Amino acid sequence: MSAFQGYLREDGRKGIRNTIVVAYLVECAHHVAREIVYPFRKKGVHLIGFSGCYPNQYAFDMMSRLCCHPNVGGVLLVSLGCECFNRYSLEKHVKASGRPIETLVIQEQGGTLSTVERGQAWLQQTLIALEETPRVPMMVNELIVGTICGGSDATSGITANPAIGRCFDLLVAHNAAAIFEEGGELIGCEQIMAERAVTPDLAAAILSTMEKTARYYTVMGHGSFAAGNSEGGLTTVEEKSMGAYAKSGSSPIRGLIKPGDMPPQGGLYLMDVVPDGEARFGFPNINDTAEIAELIACGAHLTLFSTGRGSVVGSAISPVIKVCANPQTYRRMVGDMDVDAGRILEGQATLDEVGQELYAQVLAVAAGAQTKSEILGHQEFVLTYKAFEPIGPACLPL
Amino acid sequence: MSPQQNDILLQLSAEDNVYVLVRSLAPGTPLQISKHTVSFESPLELGHKIAARDIAASEKIIKYGVPIGSALRDIRLGEHVHLHNIKSDYIPTYTLDKEHSYVSVPGLST
Repeated sequence: MSAFQGYLREDGRKGIRNTIVVAYLVECAHHVAREIVYPFRKKGVHLIGFSGCYPNQYAFDMMSRLCCHPNVGGVLLVSLGCECFNRYSLEKHVKASGRPIETLVIQEQGGTLSTVERGQAWLQQTLIALEETPRVPMMVNELIVGTICGGSDATSGITANPAIGRCFDLLVAHNAAAIFEEGGELIGCEQIMAERAVTPDLAAAILSTMEKTARYYTVMGHGSFAAGNSEGGLTTVEEKSMGAYAKSGSSPIRGLIKPGDMPPQGGLYLMDVVPDGEARFGFPNINDTAEIAELIACGAHLTLFSTGRGSVVGSAISPVIKVCANPQTYRRMVGDMDVDAGRILEGQATLDEVGQELYAQVLAVAAGAQTKSEILGHQEFVLTYKAFEPIGPACLPL
Repeated sequence: MSPQQNDILLQLSAEDNVYVLVRSLAPGTPLQISKHTVSFESPLELGHKIAARDIAASEKIIKYGVPIGSALRDIRLGEHVHLHNIKSDYIPTYTLDKEHSYVSVPGLST
């Protein structure tokens, strides 16, 4: 089995990047945090944060998971001072993981300029300290890989998505954890997913999650479907779903997790991103970036992103590999795309060949190769209000 | 069932009543379907669907071997199958509308 060099964290987990995150704890601290990051933005310092001023358990848990992600080696919290986000708890949590952490409270630091100065000095010294992070061999079965599709068109479900499915089958065969997601783009696929569950109880949990999903989106009055989807030949959400579903490959579904839940072992997992309870905080996924952040909170070291219309996004914390489904889009946006799956449509490659190419790409990126979105400096991040109940025992059968 | 492919039309599953365009089609380009020849006034982008046979109003549209919506009206073999003649059986589809309000829902009476 192939091995590459990972970064060993004090909690025993291994990362494929050695990033520092600067996290603003309310929108009012966003600008200061961004100014702190700016000179370091291409030196492995990424900006994340939560805009809301009022507390939300989901947002707190997301921030905790992200700050302690194995790709993250150090954390700088930027607080205005009067927001409700519990900076004390977050700092304690990160400290317990062994990572260097500093909290700067803008109101206590004396405002914008002095906070930026302090923050940049801390980054300077912490970046040097991070160079000492131990490098250790890491195996494929220690990887967690997520997948998402964005800017889908009618080619996505024919080329890039099933090719990602082939790659997922290879990853699962090597005992890596692979996560697909987004019930809103799996509407219509409930029965076939339930049939792939490893236990009847898990099958029932998947069906009930999908019922919740259909209900939630009906309340929203809008499916997970954008204008560009229909320009690209997709007509209905269930048609889009069939294409999106192909990313999951053909392995049995081993578990149903929610944002922030770590897959306990290798295998294929479905992540449920639709809030529990009555619809309260708006759309489950306001954009692709929100879902990528949720995959990363589940421990995803990297994400396979399928696009037909041509998304350009990357992500903070974990690299994004862009798989282009549409050969015309690939030629137009080659600078943003890592893999040309549109070749399948033109008879230049088979699904299996592109699946293997993706698997090789996953290993290369895990070993340190930069993706196009990394090179271009894409570090998108967004985090919204949500409410979840913990998953039940049926969701993760042994 | 393996997909049947000619140069331009892809049938993803034997049960499908629509084909997928593998290449973009210029206006007026003749397209051979079974024994019929059809052409379109507007350009069609790759990925769009063409009826593989006559489809009656309310009949399911089958792609990938599964239903992806229902016909809003009778659709003839060779017709472009899209927002104007089919609808979701789950959640309505919104599109950008250049003429009117910021979104529109095809197939939904207003």
